[in-house]
Amino acid sequence: MTNLQSLDLFWPELIITGVILTALIVDLCIEKSKSDVVGWVLVIGLLITAIAIWNQDKTTTTLFTDMIVLDPFATFFKLLIILSTLLVAVVSWQNNELDEYRKGEYFTLLGILVLGLFLMASSIDLIMVYISIEVVSIMSFILAGYLKLDTRSNEAGLKYVVYGAFSSGIMLFGLSILFGLTGSTNYFIIQKSLAGLDGSASAALIMALLMILAGFGYKISAVPFHFWTPDVYEGAPTTITAYLSVAPKAAGFAIIIRFFHQVFADGGALADAESLSMTDVPWPEIIGILAVATMTLGNLVAIQQESIKRMLAYSSVAHAGYMMLALPVLSIQTVYAIMVYLVMYLFMNLGAFFVVITVKNKTGGETFDDYRGLGWEMPFIGVVMTLFMLSLTGLPPTAGFIGKFYIFSALISGGSQYYWLAIVGGINSVISLYYYFHVVKVMFLDGERKETLVQPPEVMSGVLLATAIPVILFGIYWNPVVNWVQNSLIFYVQTM
Amino acid sequence: MEHILSWLVWLPIIGMVVITVIPRNQEDIIKKVAAFFTGVQLLFSILLWKNFDSANGSMQFMERAEWIPSFNISYILGVDGLSLPMVILTSLLCFIGVFVSWNITKAVKGYFALYLLLDTGLIGVFLALDFFLFYIFWEVVLLPMYFLIGMWGGPQREYAAIKFFLYTLFGSVLMLVGIIGLYFTCGKTFDILLLMETAPDALKNELWWGMSAIKVIWVLLFIGFAIKVPIFPFHTWLPLAHVEAPTAISVILAGVLLKLGVYGILRINYGLMPDAVWWFAGSLAFLGLINVIWGGLCALAQTDLKKLVAYSSISHMGYALLGMAAVIAAGSINGGDLKAAQAGLSGAVFQMFNHGTISAMLFILVGVIYDRAHHRDIEGFGGLANQMPIYAGITALAFFAGLGLPGLSGFISEAMCLIGAFPVFKAIVIASTIGILLNAAYFLWAFQRIFFGELNEKYSDLPEINRLELFTLIPLAVITLFFGIYPRPYLDLIKATMDVIIENVVFVANFASM
Repeated sequence: MTNLQSLDLFWPELIITGVILTALIVDLCIEKSKSDVVGWVLVIGLLITAIAIWNQDKTTTTLFTDMIVLDPFATFFKLLIILSTLLVAVVSWQNNELDEYRKGEYFTLLGILVLGLFLMASSIDLIMVYISIEVVSIMSFILAGYLKLDTRSNEAGLKYVVYGAFSSGIMLFGLSILFGLTGSTNYFIIQKSLAGLDGSASAALIMALLMILAGFGYKISAVPFHFWTPDVYEGAPTTITAYLSVAPKAAGFAIIIRFFHQVFADGGALADAESLSMTDVPWPEIIGILAVATMTLGNLVAIQQESIKRMLAYSSVAHAGYMMLALPVLSIQTVYAIMVYLVMYLFMNLGAFFVVITVKNKTGGETFDDYRGLGWEMPFIGVVMTLFMLSLTGLPPTAGFIGKFYIFSALISGGSQYYWLAIVGGINSVISLYYYFHVVKVMFLDGERKETLVQPPEVMSGVLLATAIPVILFGIYWNPVVNWVQNSLIFYVQTM
Repeated sequence: MEHILSWLVWLPIIGMVVITVIPRNQEDIIKKVAAFFTGVQLLFSILLWKNFDSANGSMQFMERAEWIPSFNISYILGVDGLSLPMVILTSLLCFIGVFVSWNITKAVKGYFALYLLLDTGLIGVFLALDFFLFYIFWEVVLLPMYFLIGMWGGPQREYAAIKFFLYTLFGSVLMLVGIIGLYFTCGKTFDILLLMETAPDALKNELWWGMSAIKVIWVLLFIGFAIKVPIFPFHTWLPLAHVEAPTAISVILAGVLLKLGVYGILRINYGLMPDAVWWFAGSLAFLGLINVIWGGLCALAQTDLKKLVAYSSISHMGYALLGMAAVIAAGSINGGDLKAAQAGLSGAVFQMFNHGTISAMLFILVGVIYDRAHHRDIEGFGGLANQMPIYAGITALAFFAGLGLPGLSGFISEAMCLIGAFPVFKAIVIASTIGILLNAAYFLWAFQRIFFGELNEKYSDLPEINRLELFTLIPLAVITLFFGIYPRPYLDLIKATMDVIIENVVFVANFASM
């Protein structure tokens, strides 16, 4: 579709752009103490965007001369991103860490981040892939370092820049090798050219693959590109940590799924058929090993953490591993499973971070010691945190279990060469039980009955309920989620 | 009677919801609510028993509803001669457990809410006939158990709780892989009854990693169940958890939780993979022998009374394993001894029930003395027989039942297990008689040290067992005595189902293929 025609189907992104500009202008007109208003601009803008997405034509087409696509798969991710942004924006008002700063830019940057993530979810061109990843990265750098008076936050921002620049540089190398081999930046043309390549190019292809993987792996914090994660997650404002652990990760998976399934595999996989890798690159093995390394390392290191925020950072590395586990199996079931997992993960992980914010607002700390006896003092917080920990471990009847169940099912349906991955994944969730329940232990097992109970602020309670109820509800009846995912499993596929 | 099974499963949850809305200071009301709901549950299970057709070996009172159609997951409940006694046992022990916990002072509200959640999980496992549902209930048991041990337990409670949790979760995830494997190889269904028909054929020629899939899945599921039983070498969580748990929870652990494992092996492994029973029966009998001897030896070495009882559980579950292995006696290759198979299997299922009642008694008795003396060191007592004659009398009954004295229920089931296993596993059965000696040795020796000899001066004013405690013990004592003298009602109740299981293993299975 040409550029002008495309604008008609680009409304959600245009609305967001408008929201960003409005936020900037509003921020100029108000004083610091009222900068929360910009948050309202963002929240209302996002709600309008969500409505626009909801009412969009359910067509499947490319926009802007094959730069990005509009398909239900991208729409699914856009809605996930909006949902997590809304939750994070609401909590940002409550986050005491941000109190001494002007929040106008904060919300504006969040809006730009959303735009970048939208583009990530829908790119089908190497250039767009790079640009969208960069938009997201740069906004994340600034937001991670937003607490400019806090050295930890400064460190987080700087570390993020260094790692981000490095890995996107490597990725750019990979992309250019791929371009050199195939002569195009368009996914579908690349795929066709790759099929015609002879064996002599496979060394270059593996190189390109690994380099691109570095860029993508960095976004989802997969081992060995995860080193930035704990420091950035620990230093960044907790709302941003929560956001980084969910939204960019989701978009990262969207881009990985699209890239690998459409470039390295027969796009037919996405039209509900088993498919084989078109080239002789052993990428299922590579990704399988990376997935196992990611979750194992994430889990083992998480055990040793003192700070709950840092523990959750490593745990989010581990969860990226669980989702990657399904990538080697090239079938529609695995994409389906990853998408189900992402929905479940969104609620439980955001919920856990929101608890961290609530506790930090109250006690000022985020180590295990600060949680000692918390369940007796703030029973509501204790119970929802236990629920999130239960769900992150993957125990029924919670959403986390359903996510893992779908991942394991996808693996096992892929054939007996993948069973070991399922078993390793299972054993990893046993390991994770230990540190997740360490939180539960300090909250409930160490402590005494308190006479007066403390209730969190109402807004926080509301947001926590908004994340806790889906965690338990989707653990018992997850039909709505799978139906939604099922209906979103339509990709734009172009056969050359 | 329409939805009696659903009522049985969900009543405790309703009770839990009721408890959560009661203010936490109304401790008395909370206890009464818990007693009410478990009491109604007990009445329902008796009603179920009254209406149960024992001549029919197949599932009764079936309930079926769609749950997640896209994954073919349904809500299916049903009861047969294997699960009915377990349901009655569970509801009985949960009811008694409320009164055993009557003296709990710490966070009463949380305790009883979790207790009722545990109750639902336990009953649910016995009634679920959809494999997915079965797994959910199986896991639901873990969380309340973790808290009940970890918050209301003894000095090492935190370690005991997490160890229990880690061990059982490890088993569960292997089981989950096995369950999903079954789902995809056997026609994409979780319906256990349907799987019983399709699995034997579907798995026959399936290879996983160059091994027969039937063996792989058997092992995956077996480990999951074995950890719960617990079967050596997966037993190390048990002594710790039993000892640290508060009395009522020890009662549930020993009385019901261990039965989940045996029940799972009989329902799932025997039901879905009858071929593999032939392959594994020898190992099962051998593991049973190790349990009997190892548990007995460890019990002999204990100075803590509660630990002694805990190890005796391991030993007693060994007999059930021996009895289960005896099923293969009915195969033509072993002489087609149907009587031995029936004796063994019925013995095993009877042993599950008897151990449930006897170990519950033992743990309550340990709790009684601990509440008074605040320690459980066997050496620390002496001469209590004169001080607490009624207590000594009931303890004698429980110890004798535990060591298998004829005339008490434990004897009948253990003898049946051994008799059934004898034709096939002669050497193992003969070796396991050492276990009987060990049983007698540690129980009698402990009894002697606690109740005879010089009265320890410290305990000269120890009060006698009170009415509430007697109320919890007497039903169990009566059952033990009654079934010791007249086991027919129980055996008649389960016979039809036992025959179905034996038939499934012996005549459906084609053991030449293993």
